[in-house]
Amino acid sequence: MRTIFGEALSSLGEENYNLMVLTADVAKPTGVYKFAEAHPSRFFNVGISEQDMIGIASGLSLSGSVPVVAVFAPFLMRAWEQVRSTVARANLNVKMVGTHAGLSASDEGGSHQSLEDVALMRVLPNMTVVVPGDRQEIAEATRAIVAMKGPVYMRLGRDESLSFLEGGEVFRIGRAVTVADGSDITVFSNGSMTAEVLAAAESLDIGVKVVHVPTVKPLDSGAIVSAAKETGLVACVEEHSVIGGLGSAVAELLSGEYPVPVKRIGVNDTYGESGPQRELLRKHGLVAESIGETLKRIVRGKAA
Amino acid sequence: MKAVLEVMDQRHLIELQVLKERIKSIRKSVLDMTASTSAGLHVGASLSCVDVIATLYFMKMRHSPYRPDWVDRDRFILSKGHAAPALYAVLAEAGYFPKEELKTIKDLNSRLQGHPDLRTPGVDAPSGSLGQGISIGTGMALAAKRRGSRSRVYVLVGDGECDEGQIWESLMTAAHLKLNNLVLIVDRNGWQLDDRTEEIKRKAPLKGKIESFGWETYLIDGHDPEKILDALDLCELADGPAAIIARTMKGKGVQFMEGTNKGHKMRFSNEQYQEALTELEEAS
Repeated sequence: MRTIFGEALSSLGEENYNLMVLTADVAKPTGVYKFAEAHPSRFFNVGISEQDMIGIASGLSLSGSVPVVAVFAPFLMRAWEQVRSTVARANLNVKMVGTHAGLSASDEGGSHQSLEDVALMRVLPNMTVVVPGDRQEIAEATRAIVAMKGPVYMRLGRDESLSFLEGGEVFRIGRAVTVADGSDITVFSNGSMTAEVLAAAESLDIGVKVVHVPTVKPLDSGAIVSAAKETGLVACVEEHSVIGGLGSAVAELLSGEYPVPVKRIGVNDTYGESGPQRELLRKHGLVAESIGETLKRIVRGKAA
Repeated sequence: MKAVLEVMDQRHLIELQVLKERIKSIRKSVLDMTASTSAGLHVGASLSCVDVIATLYFMKMRHSPYRPDWVDRDRFILSKGHAAPALYAVLAEAGYFPKEELKTIKDLNSRLQGHPDLRTPGVDAPSGSLGQGISIGTGMALAAKRRGSRSRVYVLVGDGECDEGQIWESLMTAAHLKLNNLVLIVDRNGWQLDDRTEEIKRKAPLKGKIESFGWETYLIDGHDPEKILDALDLCELADGPAAIIARTMKGKGVQFMEGTNKGHKMRFSNEQYQEALTELEEAS
Protein backbone atom coordinates (compact mmCIF):
# COMPACT_ATOMS: atom_id res chain seq x y z
CA MET A 1 0.00 0.00 0.00
CA ARG A 2 2.82 2.31 0.88
CA THR A 3 4.64 1.42 -2.32
CA ILE A 4 1.54 2.27 -4.32
CA PHE A 5 1.09 5.46 -2.37
CA GLY A 6 4.74 6.46 -2.94
CA GLU A 7 4.49 5.76 -6.65
CA ALA A 8 1.20 7.65 -6.98
CA LEU A 9 2.66 10.62 -5.16
CA SER A 10 5.76 10.60 -7.30
CA SER A 11 3.81 10.63 -10.54
CA LEU A 12 1.55 13.41 -9.20
CA GLY A 13 4.70 15.40 -8.65
CA GLU A 14 5.23 15.47 -12.41
CA GLU A 15 1.92 17.23 -12.93
CA ASN A 16 1.65 19.46 -9.90
CA TYR A 17 4.65 21.69 -9.28
CA ASN A 18 3.12 23.03 -6.06
CA LEU A 19 3.18 19.59 -4.52
CA MET A 20 5.67 19.36 -1.64
CA VAL A 21 6.28 16.25 0.45
CA LEU A 22 7.45 16.20 4.05
CA THR A 23 8.31 13.39 6.35
CA ALA A 24 9.85 12.93 9.80
CA ASP A 25 12.71 10.47 9.27
CA VAL A 26 10.48 7.78 7.77
CA ALA A 27 10.91 8.35 4.02
CA LYS A 28 11.68 4.68 3.39
CA PRO A 29 8.96 2.92 5.37
CA THR A 30 6.23 5.36 4.25
CA GLY A 31 7.23 5.01 0.60
CA VAL A 32 7.75 8.73 -0.02
CA TYR A 33 11.43 8.16 -0.86
CA LYS A 34 10.12 7.55 -4.36
CA PHE A 35 8.93 11.13 -4.50
CA ALA A 36 12.23 12.27 -2.94
CA GLU A 37 14.23 10.56 -5.67
CA ALA A 38 12.13 12.04 -8.45
CA HIS A 39 11.68 15.55 -7.01
CA PRO A 40 14.46 16.21 -4.50
CA SER A 41 13.91 19.98 -4.39
CA ARG A 42 10.30 19.51 -3.30
CA PHE A 43 10.98 16.97 -0.59
CA PHE A 44 11.86 17.80 3.02
CA ASN A 45 12.83 15.34 5.68
CA VAL A 46 12.53 17.46 8.82
CA GLY A 47 13.92 14.84 11.17
CA ILE A 48 12.12 13.22 14.05
CA SER A 49 9.89 16.18 14.84
CA GLU A 50 6.27 15.66 13.85
CA GLN A 51 4.99 18.86 15.44
CA ASP A 52 7.51 20.97 13.57
CA MET A 53 6.60 19.11 10.39
CA ILE A 54 2.90 19.98 10.72
CA GLY A 55 3.84 23.63 11.34
CA ILE A 56 6.06 23.71 8.26
CA ALA A 57 3.30 22.15 6.18
CA SER A 58 0.94 24.85 7.50
CA GLY A 59 3.36 27.58 6.47
CA LEU A 60 3.82 26.04 3.04
CA SER A 61 0.09 25.88 2.48
CA LEU A 62 -0.36 29.47 3.69
CA SER A 63 2.10 30.37 0.91
CA GLY A 64 0.24 28.48 -1.80
CA SER A 65 2.03 25.13 -1.87
CA VAL A 66 0.24 21.80 -1.49
CA PRO A 67 2.10 19.92 1.24
CA VAL A 68 1.69 16.20 1.80
CA VAL A 69 3.09 14.87 5.06
CA ALA A 70 3.65 11.17 5.54
CA VAL A 71 4.54 9.52 8.84
CA PHE A 72 3.51 6.51 10.91
CA ALA A 73 -0.11 7.07 11.97
CA PRO A 74 0.44 6.85 15.75
CA PHE A 75 3.16 9.51 15.66
CA LEU A 76 1.17 11.89 13.50
CA MET A 77 -1.15 11.95 16.52
CA ARG A 78 1.72 13.48 18.47
CA ALA A 79 1.04 16.60 16.44
CA TRP A 80 -2.74 16.34 16.80
CA GLU A 81 -2.98 19.60 18.69
CA GLN A 82 -1.06 21.37 15.93
CA VAL A 83 -3.46 19.82 13.43
CA ARG A 84 -6.41 20.97 15.51
CA SER A 85 -5.27 24.51 16.29
CA THR A 86 -3.66 25.40 13.00
CA VAL A 87 -4.38 23.06 10.08
CA ALA A 88 -8.04 22.27 10.70
CA ARG A 89 -9.02 25.52 12.40
CA ALA A 90 -7.68 27.61 9.54
CA ASN A 91 -8.89 25.07 6.97
CA LEU A 92 -5.40 24.78 5.49
CA ASN A 93 -4.72 22.74 2.39
CA VAL A 94 -2.51 20.19 4.16
CA LYS A 95 -2.67 16.47 3.32
CA MET A 96 -1.71 14.11 6.10
CA VAL A 97 -1.00 10.47 5.46
CA GLY A 98 -0.69 8.06 8.38
CA THR A 99 0.90 4.77 7.42
CA HIS A 100 1.22 1.52 9.41
CA ALA A 101 -2.23 2.25 10.82
CA GLY A 102 -4.43 -0.15 12.74
CA LEU A 103 -2.69 -3.30 13.91
CA SER A 104 -0.45 -3.42 10.85
CA ALA A 105 2.75 -2.53 12.72
CA SER A 106 2.08 -5.85 14.38
CA ASP A 107 5.55 -6.85 15.55
CA GLU A 108 6.34 -3.42 17.00
CA GLY A 109 3.65 -3.61 19.66
CA GLY A 110 1.12 -1.21 21.11
CA SER A 111 3.32 1.88 20.85
CA HIS A 112 3.30 1.62 17.06
CA GLN A 113 -0.27 0.49 16.50
CA SER A 114 -2.71 3.25 15.86
CA LEU A 115 -6.29 2.42 16.84
CA GLU A 116 -7.63 5.89 17.59
CA ASP A 117 -6.45 8.02 14.66
CA VAL A 118 -9.75 7.99 12.76
CA ALA A 119 -11.61 9.11 15.87
CA LEU A 120 -9.14 11.90 16.56
CA MET A 121 -9.19 13.22 13.02
CA ARG A 122 -12.90 12.76 12.42
CA VAL A 123 -13.82 15.00 15.33
CA LEU A 124 -12.07 18.00 13.75
CA PRO A 125 -14.20 20.47 11.77
CA ASN A 126 -13.09 20.94 8.12
CA MET A 127 -11.26 17.60 8.11
CA THR A 128 -11.79 14.93 5.47
CA VAL A 129 -10.93 11.38 6.57
CA VAL A 130 -10.14 8.72 3.99
CA VAL A 131 -9.39 5.02 4.63
CA PRO A 132 -8.79 3.26 1.29
CA GLY A 133 -8.01 -0.43 1.17
CA ASP A 134 -7.50 -1.59 -2.39
CA ARG A 135 -4.42 -1.01 -4.59
CA GLN A 136 -6.17 0.96 -7.26
CA GLU A 137 -8.20 2.81 -4.69
CA ILE A 138 -5.08 4.00 -2.87
CA ALA A 139 -3.59 5.35 -6.07
CA GLU A 140 -6.83 7.14 -6.93
CA ALA A 141 -7.35 8.41 -3.39
CA THR A 142 -3.84 9.88 -3.34
CA ARG A 143 -4.69 11.81 -6.48
CA ALA A 144 -8.11 12.85 -5.18
CA ILE A 145 -6.92 14.23 -1.85
CA VAL A 146 -4.26 16.33 -3.56
CA ALA A 147 -6.82 17.62 -6.06
CA MET A 148 -9.35 18.72 -3.44
CA LYS A 149 -8.96 21.81 -1.28
CA GLY A 150 -8.76 21.58 2.49
CA PRO A 151 -7.20 19.37 5.14
CA VAL A 152 -7.30 15.60 4.68
CA TYR A 153 -6.22 12.64 6.73
CA MET A 154 -5.56 9.47 4.73
CA ARG A 155 -5.01 6.28 6.66
CA LEU A 156 -2.95 3.45 5.20
CA GLY A 157 -2.18 -0.02 6.44
CA ARG A 158 0.64 -2.30 5.49
CA ASP A 159 -0.92 -4.83 3.12
CA GLU A 160 0.74 -4.58 -0.26
CA SER A 161 -1.40 -6.63 -2.56
CA LEU A 162 -5.11 -6.31 -1.87
CA SER A 163 -7.39 -5.85 -4.84
CA PHE A 164 -11.13 -6.18 -4.31
CA LEU A 165 -12.64 -3.30 -6.26
CA GLU A 166 -13.63 -3.44 -9.91
CA GLY A 167 -13.99 -0.80 -12.56
CA GLY A 168 -11.99 1.91 -14.25
CA GLU A 169 -12.57 4.48 -11.55
CA VAL A 170 -13.09 3.09 -8.09
CA PHE A 171 -12.68 6.01 -5.72
CA ARG A 172 -14.44 9.30 -5.24
CA ILE A 173 -14.23 11.32 -2.02
CA GLY A 174 -17.42 10.95 0.00
CA ARG A 175 -18.70 7.93 -1.92
CA ALA A 176 -19.44 4.49 -0.48
CA VAL A 177 -19.66 1.52 -2.85
CA THR A 178 -21.61 -1.70 -2.55
CA VAL A 179 -19.23 -4.58 -3.23
CA ALA A 180 -21.52 -7.53 -2.42
CA ASP A 181 -25.28 -7.85 -2.16
CA GLY A 182 -27.48 -9.61 0.37
CA SER A 183 -30.64 -8.96 2.33
CA ASP A 184 -30.04 -10.23 5.88
CA ILE A 185 -27.47 -7.73 7.08
CA THR A 186 -25.42 -4.82 5.79
CA VAL A 187 -21.75 -4.61 6.70
CA PHE A 188 -19.97 -1.28 6.40
CA SER A 189 -16.20 -1.53 6.38
CA ASN A 190 -13.12 0.23 5.09
CA GLY A 191 -9.40 -0.19 4.58
CA SER A 192 -8.17 -3.74 4.15
CA MET A 193 -11.00 -4.99 6.40
CA THR A 194 -13.35 -4.95 3.40
CA ALA A 195 -11.36 -7.85 1.92
CA GLU A 196 -11.91 -9.85 5.12
CA VAL A 197 -15.60 -9.00 5.16
CA LEU A 198 -15.98 -10.06 1.52
CA ALA A 199 -14.31 -13.39 2.26
CA ALA A 200 -16.59 -13.84 5.27
CA ALA A 201 -19.68 -12.98 3.22
CA GLU A 202 -18.79 -15.54 0.55
CA SER A 203 -18.45 -18.33 3.06
CA LEU A 204 -21.77 -17.68 4.80
CA ASP A 205 -25.22 -19.02 3.95
CA ILE A 206 -26.86 -15.75 5.00
CA GLY A 207 -27.26 -12.75 2.69
CA VAL A 208 -24.61 -10.15 3.46
CA LYS A 209 -24.62 -6.79 1.77
CA VAL A 210 -21.10 -5.36 1.93
CA VAL A 211 -20.66 -1.62 1.58
CA HIS A 212 -17.10 -0.32 1.36
CA VAL A 213 -16.88 3.13 2.98
CA PRO A 214 -13.45 4.57 2.18
CA THR A 215 -14.47 8.08 3.23
CA VAL A 216 -15.36 8.22 6.93
CA LYS A 217 -15.87 11.97 6.73
CA PRO A 218 -17.89 13.24 4.96
CA LEU A 219 -19.94 10.07 5.26
CA ASP A 220 -22.02 8.92 2.28
CA SER A 221 -25.23 9.26 4.28
CA GLY A 222 -27.54 8.48 1.35
CA ALA A 223 -25.88 5.15 0.62
CA ILE A 224 -25.64 4.20 4.28
CA VAL A 225 -29.25 4.99 5.16
CA SER A 226 -30.63 3.24 2.12
CA ALA A 227 -28.54 0.11 2.77
CA ALA A 228 -29.72 0.11 6.40
CA LYS A 229 -33.33 0.36 5.19
CA GLU A 230 -32.85 -2.61 2.86
CA THR A 231 -31.54 -5.00 5.49
CA GLY A 232 -32.75 -3.54 8.78
CA LEU A 233 -29.60 -4.81 10.48
CA VAL A 234 -26.11 -3.33 10.38
CA ALA A 235 -22.56 -4.24 11.36
CA CYS A 236 -19.42 -2.18 10.94
CA VAL A 237 -15.94 -3.63 10.68
CA GLU A 238 -12.72 -1.66 11.00
CA GLU A 239 -9.13 -2.06 12.14
CA HIS A 240 -9.63 0.66 14.73
CA SER A 241 -11.08 1.09 18.17
CA VAL A 242 -14.82 0.49 18.30
CA ILE A 243 -14.94 3.96 19.84
CA GLY A 244 -14.98 6.88 17.46
CA GLY A 245 -14.26 5.29 14.10
CA LEU A 246 -16.41 4.21 11.16
CA GLY A 247 -18.75 2.23 13.44
CA SER A 248 -19.39 5.29 15.56
CA ALA A 249 -19.90 7.48 12.51
CA VAL A 250 -22.46 5.05 11.08
CA ALA A 251 -24.22 4.65 14.44
CA GLU A 252 -24.39 8.42 14.88
CA LEU A 253 -25.93 8.81 11.45
CA LEU A 254 -28.43 5.94 11.70
CA SER A 255 -29.57 6.79 15.23
CA GLY A 256 -30.96 10.00 13.82
CA GLU A 257 -31.99 8.96 10.32
CA TYR A 258 -33.09 5.33 10.54
CA PRO A 259 -32.49 3.62 13.88
CA VAL A 260 -31.58 -0.04 13.44
CA PRO A 261 -29.31 -2.26 15.55
CA VAL A 262 -25.66 -1.49 14.73
CA LYS A 263 -22.94 -3.95 15.77
CA ARG A 264 -19.51 -2.34 15.87
CA ILE A 265 -16.69 -4.79 15.22
CA GLY A 266 -13.18 -3.55 15.87
CA VAL A 267 -10.67 -3.41 18.68
CA ASN A 268 -12.56 -3.30 21.95
CA ASP A 269 -11.16 -0.31 23.80
CA THR A 270 -7.75 -1.79 24.35
CA TYR A 271 -4.17 -1.24 23.14
CA GLY A 272 -2.41 -3.47 20.68
CA GLU A 273 0.53 -5.75 21.39
CA SER A 274 3.28 -7.56 19.51
CA GLY A 275 2.49 -10.61 17.43
CA PRO A 276 2.28 -11.84 13.84
CA GLN A 277 -0.28 -9.70 12.00
CA ARG A 278 -2.78 -12.47 11.18
CA GLU A 279 -2.72 -13.80 14.72
CA LEU A 280 -3.17 -10.34 16.13
CA LEU A 281 -6.14 -9.68 13.85
CA ARG A 282 -7.59 -13.06 14.79
CA LYS A 283 -7.25 -12.24 18.49
CA HIS A 284 -9.44 -9.19 17.94
CA GLY A 285 -11.95 -11.02 15.77
CA LEU A 286 -10.91 -9.21 12.61
CA VAL A 287 -10.19 -12.09 10.21
CA ALA A 288 -12.79 -13.48 7.79
CA GLU A 289 -13.64 -16.54 9.89
CA SER A 290 -14.28 -14.61 13.09
CA ILE A 291 -16.14 -11.83 11.30
CA GLY A 292 -18.32 -14.53 9.70
CA GLU A 293 -19.07 -16.06 13.10
CA THR A 294 -20.05 -12.68 14.53
CA LEU A 295 -22.31 -11.89 11.56
CA LYS A 296 -24.05 -15.26 11.83
CA ARG A 297 -24.65 -14.68 15.52
CA ILE A 298 -26.16 -11.25 14.92
CA VAL A 299 -28.45 -12.41 12.15
CA ARG A 300 -29.56 -15.44 14.18
CA GLY A 301 -30.08 -13.25 17.22
CA LYS A 302 -32.39 -11.03 15.24
CA ALA A 303 -34.40 -13.95 13.88
CA ALA A 304 -34.87 -15.43 17.36
CA MET B 1 28.43 63.30 -0.94
CA LYS B 2 28.50 64.68 2.57
CA ALA B 3 25.41 66.72 1.84
CA VAL B 4 23.63 63.65 0.52
CA LEU B 5 24.44 61.70 3.67
CA GLU B 6 23.20 64.55 5.80
CA VAL B 7 19.92 64.63 3.93
CA MET B 8 19.59 60.88 4.35
CA ASP B 9 20.29 61.16 8.06
CA GLN B 10 17.68 63.87 8.32
CA ARG B 11 15.16 61.75 6.51
CA HIS B 12 15.90 58.80 8.76
CA LEU B 13 15.37 60.97 11.83
CA ILE B 14 12.07 62.25 10.50
CA GLU B 15 10.95 58.71 9.70
CA LEU B 16 11.85 57.59 13.20
CA GLN B 17 9.94 60.52 14.64
CA VAL B 18 6.88 59.59 12.56
CA LEU B 19 7.23 55.99 13.72
CA LYS B 20 7.34 57.06 17.34
CA GLU B 21 4.14 59.07 16.86
CA ARG B 22 2.47 56.06 15.30
CA ILE B 23 3.61 53.82 18.14
CA LYS B 24 2.06 56.25 20.57
CA SER B 25 -1.20 56.07 18.66
CA ILE B 26 -0.98 52.25 18.60
CA ARG B 27 -0.39 52.15 22.36
CA LYS B 28 -3.46 54.30 22.78
CA SER B 29 -5.44 51.87 20.60
CA VAL B 30 -4.36 49.00 22.87
CA LEU B 31 -5.53 50.93 25.93
CA ASP B 32 -8.81 51.83 24.20
CA MET B 33 -9.42 48.20 23.27
CA THR B 34 -8.80 47.10 26.83
CA ALA B 35 -11.23 49.71 28.12
CA SER B 36 -13.88 48.91 25.51
CA THR B 37 -14.30 45.22 26.17
CA SER B 38 -15.76 43.51 29.20
CA ALA B 39 -13.46 40.55 28.55
CA GLY B 40 -9.91 40.83 29.83
CA LEU B 41 -7.09 41.41 27.34
CA HIS B 42 -3.46 40.37 27.54
CA VAL B 43 -2.52 43.99 27.73
CA GLY B 44 0.84 43.54 29.48
CA ALA B 45 2.15 41.16 26.83
CA SER B 46 0.77 43.44 24.10
CA LEU B 47 2.47 46.55 25.41
CA SER B 48 5.79 44.73 25.64
CA CYS B 49 5.89 44.01 21.90
CA VAL B 50 4.16 46.95 20.17
CA ASP B 51 7.46 48.68 19.45
CA VAL B 52 8.80 45.61 17.67
CA ILE B 53 5.64 44.94 15.67
CA ALA B 54 5.17 48.58 14.68
CA THR B 55 8.81 48.94 13.62
CA LEU B 56 8.42 45.86 11.45
CA TYR B 57 5.22 47.03 9.77
CA PHE B 58 6.15 50.68 9.29
CA MET B 59 9.90 50.55 8.69
CA LYS B 60 10.87 47.12 7.47
CA MET B 61 8.27 44.89 5.92
CA ARG B 62 7.14 45.14 2.31
CA HIS B 63 3.38 44.82 2.50
CA SER B 64 0.27 46.69 1.49
CA PRO B 65 -3.18 46.94 3.07
CA TYR B 66 -4.53 47.32 -0.46
CA ARG B 67 -3.21 43.89 -1.42
CA PRO B 68 -3.18 41.80 1.75
CA ASP B 69 -2.91 38.62 -0.34
CA TRP B 70 0.09 39.81 -2.38
CA VAL B 71 2.07 36.60 -2.65
CA ASP B 72 5.52 38.24 -2.46
CA ARG B 73 4.77 40.31 0.63
CA ASP B 74 6.87 39.98 3.74
CA ARG B 75 5.01 38.04 6.41
CA PHE B 76 4.60 38.41 10.13
CA ILE B 77 3.61 35.63 12.50
CA LEU B 78 2.57 36.51 16.01
CA SER B 79 3.43 33.19 17.59
CA LYS B 80 2.60 34.58 21.04
CA GLY B 81 -0.98 34.95 19.88
CA HIS B 82 -2.25 36.35 23.17
CA ALA B 83 -0.65 39.67 22.19
CA ALA B 84 -3.29 39.92 19.44
CA PRO B 85 -4.39 43.41 20.59
CA ALA B 86 -0.93 44.73 19.67
CA LEU B 87 -1.11 43.15 16.22
CA TYR B 88 -4.67 44.37 15.60
CA ALA B 89 -3.74 47.90 16.65
CA VAL B 90 -0.79 47.90 14.23
CA LEU B 91 -2.86 46.45 11.38
CA ALA B 92 -5.56 49.08 11.90
CA GLU B 93 -2.93 51.82 12.04
CA ALA B 94 -1.52 50.46 8.76
CA GLY B 95 -4.97 50.59 7.18
CA TYR B 96 -5.96 46.92 6.96
CA PHE B 97 -9.31 47.69 8.59
CA PRO B 98 -10.93 50.72 10.24
CA LYS B 99 -9.69 51.68 13.67
CA GLU B 100 -13.29 51.79 14.92
CA GLU B 101 -13.39 48.04 14.44
CA LEU B 102 -10.76 47.58 17.17
CA LYS B 103 -13.32 47.95 19.92
CA THR B 104 -15.20 44.89 18.62
CA ILE B 105 -12.35 42.64 19.79
CA LYS B 106 -13.68 39.42 21.32
CA ASP B 107 -17.30 40.35 20.47
CA LEU B 108 -19.49 37.64 18.98
CA ASN B 109 -19.15 37.68 15.16
CA SER B 110 -16.22 40.11 15.28
CA ARG B 111 -13.39 39.69 12.81
CA LEU B 112 -11.06 40.34 15.73
CA GLN B 113 -10.84 37.08 17.63
CA GLY B 114 -9.21 36.66 21.03
CA HIS B 115 -6.22 35.15 19.25
CA PRO B 116 -5.08 35.72 15.63
CA ASP B 117 -7.29 34.15 13.02
CA LEU B 118 -7.20 34.30 9.23
CA ARG B 119 -10.58 36.07 9.14
CA THR B 120 -8.82 39.29 10.13
CA PRO B 121 -7.44 41.23 7.14
CA GLY B 122 -3.65 41.33 7.34
CA VAL B 123 -3.22 38.33 9.64
CA ASP B 124 -0.74 36.00 7.92
CA ALA B 125 -1.04 32.95 10.19
CA PRO B 126 -3.37 31.66 12.87
CA SER B 127 -1.94 31.33 16.37
CA GLY B 128 -3.01 31.08 19.98
CA SER B 129 -1.57 27.70 20.74
CA LEU B 130 2.03 28.49 21.67
CA GLY B 131 5.20 27.20 20.09
CA GLN B 132 4.13 26.86 16.46
CA GLY B 133 5.17 30.15 14.84
CA ILE B 134 8.74 29.31 13.88
CA SER B 135 7.61 26.09 12.21
CA ILE B 136 4.96 27.94 10.21
CA GLY B 137 7.54 30.61 9.35
CA THR B 138 9.90 27.89 8.17
CA GLY B 139 7.24 26.65 5.76
CA MET B 140 6.65 30.16 4.45
CA ALA B 141 10.37 30.84 4.10
CA LEU B 142 10.83 27.58 2.21
CA ALA B 143 7.96 28.42 -0.12
CA ALA B 144 9.45 31.87 -0.78
CA LYS B 145 12.85 30.41 -1.61
CA ARG B 146 11.31 27.89 -3.93
CA ARG B 147 9.49 30.63 -5.81
CA GLY B 148 12.66 32.72 -5.94
CA SER B 149 10.76 35.39 -4.06
CA ARG B 150 12.37 38.17 -2.00
CA SER B 151 9.66 37.66 0.61
CA ARG B 152 11.00 37.60 4.17
CA VAL B 153 9.31 36.07 7.18
CA TYR B 154 9.29 37.51 10.70
CA VAL B 155 8.19 35.49 13.71
CA LEU B 156 7.61 36.95 17.17
CA VAL B 157 7.63 34.53 20.11
CA GLY B 158 7.37 35.17 23.82
CA ASP B 159 10.13 34.18 26.21
CA GLY B 160 7.70 32.07 28.23
CA GLU B 161 6.75 30.38 24.96
CA CYS B 162 10.32 29.07 24.73
CA ASP B 163 9.27 26.38 27.23
CA GLU B 164 7.61 24.62 24.29
CA GLY B 165 9.61 21.78 22.76
CA GLN B 166 8.47 22.65 19.25
CA ILE B 167 10.37 25.95 19.47
CA TRP B 168 13.61 24.00 19.67
CA GLU B 169 12.63 21.52 16.99
CA SER B 170 11.96 24.39 14.65
CA LEU B 171 15.12 26.31 15.58
CA MET B 172 17.10 23.24 14.56
CA THR B 173 15.21 22.77 11.30
CA ALA B 174 15.49 26.38 10.11
CA ALA B 175 19.22 26.48 10.83
CA HIS B 176 19.69 23.18 9.03
CA LEU B 177 17.88 24.58 5.99
CA LYS B 178 19.95 27.83 6.14
CA LEU B 179 16.83 29.96 5.81
CA ASN B 180 18.34 33.43 5.58
CA ASN B 181 14.90 34.87 4.86
CA LEU B 182 13.60 33.95 8.32
CA VAL B 183 13.93 36.21 11.36
CA LEU B 184 12.91 35.35 14.91
CA ILE B 185 12.23 37.99 17.52
CA VAL B 186 11.89 36.94 21.16
CA ASP B 187 9.85 39.29 23.33
CA ARG B 188 11.98 38.90 26.46
CA ASN B 189 9.67 40.50 29.01
CA GLY B 190 10.63 38.06 31.75
CA TRP B 191 7.13 36.96 32.72
CA GLN B 192 4.80 34.13 31.90
CA LEU B 193 1.30 33.39 33.18
CA ASP B 194 2.19 32.00 36.58
CA ASP B 195 5.42 33.76 37.50
CA ARG B 196 8.75 35.13 36.29
CA THR B 197 10.11 33.11 33.37
CA GLU B 198 13.25 32.13 35.25
CA GLU B 199 11.20 30.86 38.21
CA ILE B 200 8.94 28.64 36.13
CA LYS B 201 11.62 27.17 33.89
CA ARG B 202 15.02 28.73 33.42
CA LYS B 203 15.59 30.09 29.91
CA ALA B 204 18.95 31.75 30.53
CA PRO B 205 21.25 31.95 28.74
CA LEU B 206 18.67 32.39 25.99
CA LYS B 207 21.02 34.08 23.55
CA GLY B 208 23.62 31.35 23.96
CA LYS B 209 21.02 28.66 23.51
CA ILE B 210 19.62 30.10 20.29
CA GLU B 211 23.12 30.82 18.97
CA SER B 212 24.18 27.27 19.69
CA PHE B 213 21.30 26.08 17.50
CA GLY B 214 22.96 27.87 14.58
CA TRP B 215 21.15 31.21 14.54
CA GLU B 216 22.96 34.53 14.31
CA THR B 217 21.59 36.26 17.42
CA TYR B 218 21.34 39.87 18.60
CA LEU B 219 20.35 41.19 22.00
CA ILE B 220 18.76 44.64 22.03
CA ASP B 221 16.49 47.04 23.88
CA GLY B 222 13.11 46.05 22.51
CA HIS B 223 11.53 49.43 23.19
CA ASP B 224 13.97 51.46 21.10
CA PRO B 225 12.78 51.56 17.47
CA GLU B 226 16.20 52.64 16.23
CA LYS B 227 17.90 49.64 17.88
CA ILE B 228 15.17 47.34 16.60
CA LEU B 229 15.67 48.65 13.09
CA ASP B 230 19.46 48.31 13.26
CA ALA B 231 19.13 44.70 14.37
CA LEU B 232 16.57 43.95 11.66
CA ASP B 233 18.99 45.43 9.10
CA LEU B 234 21.78 43.20 10.38
CA CYS B 235 19.54 40.14 10.12
CA GLU B 236 19.35 40.71 6.37
CA LEU B 237 23.11 40.12 6.13
CA ALA B 238 23.01 36.75 7.87
CA ASP B 239 23.87 33.55 5.99
CA GLY B 240 21.11 31.65 7.74
CA PRO B 241 18.20 32.41 10.04
CA ALA B 242 18.76 35.25 12.49
CA ALA B 243 17.27 35.99 15.88
CA ILE B 244 16.77 39.13 17.92
CA ILE B 245 16.22 38.93 21.64
CA ALA B 246 14.29 42.07 22.44
CA ARG B 247 14.58 42.96 26.13
CA THR B 248 11.22 44.40 27.02
CA MET B 249 9.00 45.22 29.93
CA LYS B 250 5.60 43.66 30.40
CA GLY B 251 3.03 46.47 30.50
CA LYS B 252 5.55 48.99 29.16
CA GLY B 253 4.35 52.59 29.45
CA VAL B 254 1.73 52.00 32.13
CA GLN B 255 3.16 52.34 35.60
CA PHE B 256 0.70 50.16 37.50
CA MET B 257 1.61 47.28 35.17
CA GLU B 258 5.22 47.93 34.23
CA GLY B 259 7.59 45.19 35.27
CA THR B 260 4.85 43.24 37.06
CA ASN B 261 2.53 40.47 35.99
CA LYS B 262 -0.59 42.48 36.84
CA GLY B 263 -1.36 43.10 33.19
CA HIS B 264 -1.04 39.49 32.08
CA LYS B 265 -4.77 39.48 31.47
CA MET B 266 -6.80 42.36 32.79
CA ARG B 267 -9.74 44.68 32.45
CA PHE B 268 -9.36 48.37 33.16
CA SER B 269 -11.43 50.25 35.68
CA ASN B 270 -12.25 53.73 34.47
CA GLU B 271 -9.62 55.18 36.82
CA GLN B 272 -6.97 52.79 35.54
CA TYR B 273 -7.85 53.66 31.96
CA GLN B 274 -7.59 57.40 32.64
CA GLU B 275 -4.36 56.94 34.54
CA ALA B 276 -2.83 54.94 31.68
CA LEU B 277 -3.99 57.49 29.08
CA THR B 278 -2.54 60.42 31.01
CA GLU B 279 0.73 58.62 31.36
CA LEU B 280 0.85 57.90 27.63
CA GLU B 281 0.09 61.54 26.78
CA GLU B 282 2.81 62.78 29.10
CA ALA B 283 5.44 60.36 27.81
CA SER B 284 7.92 61.92 25.42
